[in-house]
Amino acid sequence: MTDNRSDDEKKLDEDGVSRRRFIKNTGMVAGGVVGGSLLGGLLTTQFQQEPETQTDKKETSSDLQDARMFFSRDDFNVLQAATERIFPEDDNGPGAIGLGVPYFIDKQLAGSWGVNGKDYRQGPFIQFNQVESMEGKDTDEHPTNPPFLKRQPDTDLQRHQSRLTRGEIFLTGLRKMNSMSRNRHNKTFDKLDEDKQIAILQEFEKGDVKLSGVAAENFFVLLRQATLEGAYSDPLYGGNKNMEGWKMKEFPGAQASYANVIEKEEFVKMDPISLNDYQGG
Amino acid sequence: MAIKKDKVDAVVVGSGWAGGIVAAELAKKDYKVVGLERGQDKKHEDYIGTKDELRYSLRYEMMQDLTKETITSRNSPDKTALPIRSNENAYLGTNTGGAGVHWNGHNFRWLPYDFEIYSKTVERYGKDKIPEDMTIQDWGVTYDEMEKYYDKYEKMAGISGEEDPLGPERSNPYPNPPMKDSPSTKLFKKAAKELGYHPYQIPSANVTEQYTNPDGETINACMYCAFCETYGCDFGAKSDPIITVLATARKTGNYELRNQSYVTRVLHNGSKATGVRYVDTKTGQEYEQPADIVVLAGFVFTNTRLLLLSDVGEPYDPKTGKGVIGKNFTGHFNNVTYLGAVGFFDNKKFNNFAGAGALASTLSDFSGDNMDHSDLDFLHGFEPHIRVMGNRPIEYNRVPEGTPTWGKEFKEKSLYYTNRNLFVDAQAAALPKKQNYLDLDPNYTDFQGNPLIRVTYQYTDQDRKLGQYSIKTCTEIMEKMGADIVESDELSDDVEFNSSFTNSHNGGGVIMGDDPDISAVNTYSQMWDMENLFVVGSSSFPHFSNYNPTETIGAFAYRAAEGMEEYLKNGGGLVERKRAKKHA
Repeated sequence: MTDNRSDDEKKLDEDGVSRRRFIKNTGMVAGGVVGGSLLGGLLTTQFQQEPETQTDKKETSSDLQDARMFFSRDDFNVLQAATERIFPEDDNGPGAIGLGVPYFIDKQLAGSWGVNGKDYRQGPFIQFNQVESMEGKDTDEHPTNPPFLKRQPDTDLQRHQSRLTRGEIFLTGLRKMNSMSRNRHNKTFDKLDEDKQIAILQEFEKGDVKLSGVAAENFFVLLRQATLEGAYSDPLYGGNKNMEGWKMKEFPGAQASYANVIEKEEFVKMDPISLNDYQGG
Repeated sequence: MAIKKDKVDAVVVGSGWAGGIVAAELAKKDYKVVGLERGQDKKHEDYIGTKDELRYSLRYEMMQDLTKETITSRNSPDKTALPIRSNENAYLGTNTGGAGVHWNGHNFRWLPYDFEIYSKTVERYGKDKIPEDMTIQDWGVTYDEMEKYYDKYEKMAGISGEEDPLGPERSNPYPNPPMKDSPSTKLFKKAAKELGYHPYQIPSANVTEQYTNPDGETINACMYCAFCETYGCDFGAKSDPIITVLATARKTGNYELRNQSYVTRVLHNGSKATGVRYVDTKTGQEYEQPADIVVLAGFVFTNTRLLLLSDVGEPYDPKTGKGVIGKNFTGHFNNVTYLGAVGFFDNKKFNNFAGAGALASTLSDFSGDNMDHSDLDFLHGFEPHIRVMGNRPIEYNRVPEGTPTWGKEFKEKSLYYTNRNLFVDAQAAALPKKQNYLDLDPNYTDFQGNPLIRVTYQYTDQDRKLGQYSIKTCTEIMEKMGADIVESDELSDDVEFNSSFTNSHNGGGVIMGDDPDISAVNTYSQMWDMENLFVVGSSSFPHFSNYNPTETIGAFAYRAAEGMEEYLKNGGGLVERKRAKKHA
């Protein structure tokens, strides 16, 4: 999309974005996660009536992208609450919801990644009880490991042997979270108090929950990973709204060069650059 | 029905460093060369503006399309191997330039000890030092013989480095100066010196000054932008086959690269190769490409698999130790090497977002046989280093032990420590074992119905003891660096290979030597059993050094190209016939 606006117009635009984010995020704090999507809906409706957004091309298109293409409303509500617990809003800045993580995940699952489009999917697949026994040993994310050396389970079986696609794994996991919540507390997961949501997530993390076709802890690793991806990937994917994730992490984004930074003893704070800027449209 | 193409002088399978170097050398000498690359057509321009962590590091943009082909893996012959289903478990390069495009760019010459590992070990420690099931063997060539090829590779790739104070002799300095020091490399070097070690800057293919190589190709100066590993270089500043050897080959007019051309067989009459069969994966049409010489220059898995599928050479039998194809498979695997110590600093912030793939400092005090192994329960060594590759935000969220991996505390601490942590780890050698090998899988096939290659791999005490020792050294250095919290990796006595192939450092399967009974190719990468078939790349390494493989792949590719010219010119016979005679 070509952006023909003047610099002043763009500046106004950016200010508009920040202000609106602030209000929207504050709304989330006020409402907590309880009724988050309803509140979010109300806020969106209100904003659509503001003259500012009627003329604001960039902002309007960004908001219009926030719609579900994979999840149902109920599944999405659970996803929102779960990702917010994994990456909560705090004094540092927005949490998963404020960063657009749930929409990011929705988009990812609707695409090639969600259907394992680059994976080897030929049989024979092993039986699920074997998958379970191997996936239970996952020791992902040892703190000292560089990322490309992600720990895999200490077993001779490989981690990804499930018959389910990533999309199916998400649906299986989120629906189980919701049914556990209903059975125990007579409420959907997204309506639970934070500590009860956390308790259920911890059960998944430890593998204390039985799912069909995938180990619960493996679903949890996927959920956590996707949440961080939504928080910190380039905004082009629908998460990391307004680069707020990068700002919190003091990550400068797509900079052309650090040749003048690399030798510096002091920390250099830089405004982040998105691929939208870097590629120049 | 396969369509038969016109015969050429050489057909080269693969367009990575090995295939690219061979193609350029032959094309420069006016031989007609066809390259076949299973991956897509890529140019430098395709990598401009692609600093996209999700696409390249988490969605594996540059890795093999596993829908068509993968590998299977298991620990021992009594188990059923399972396929690697996701790129998350195996970084296998593909597309034009292969893994040579998405690499970090660390360049090392291997040691005189590496090439004569068996003789030198026996000489210094006696035969009993070598465990019974360890199949180390001499390569059939010495470092002194390889020096000129290393030199040629370094000039072609514009390697930027400084001399290793403990390194082997060199005929020339590196063509470009070493990379800049960051505060963290300075800290590492200072600590290492205080401990009596000999640190230096890792020789880098992230080129430090704009450079034109002897073939006339220009490589730009590195911007330290921190997008090397798993990325193509935005600026043409990381030496890769696309901007060097493939460009050189193309401008001769003698080289044609056909992409999405998936080779399924080496065609032969029992004693000589006649060409290869391949399928165009866009149309499904099969072709035959006849050639005077056939060069397999794919990755370890491709080279070994094509020989086994084509019934060339004797498959290795781990029970008897007889046969050669599939023998001595090794690699740098991530739960036994790349371990070390992380340091968290409360009062110091580093610009951890900045860096370059090969901006790193290391020391060779523990490499190869540089330390005395008399009282150690392992052979060979490791290379401790600090790497300043640029910590991207999705992948790097190091927190002190005891911190939850999600939730409030995780967010708080991962943000706090993002620019307050450093990591020192070590790359350790991988020595071969009798029971570790490659063969064809009986259960799983590729999209064409051909069997996949199967890995059988188990760690030994050698691997574990070496890894444990390397962690101790990394911890010592990190403590000296003055971190407030130092945490060491753990490596248990029973850690086992986890079927994770995430660093593209693999060797063996078609190993070289001077004895046809225990090697598949001679030191010119020419098959003992088929004189016009050359198999080039790390598949020819009888073991894996503690150093990165690329420069040694490059050096042997130059040597192989020399052998091919000799063969084409003088009409046949083994290039090393003289040497071979004594074993005939």
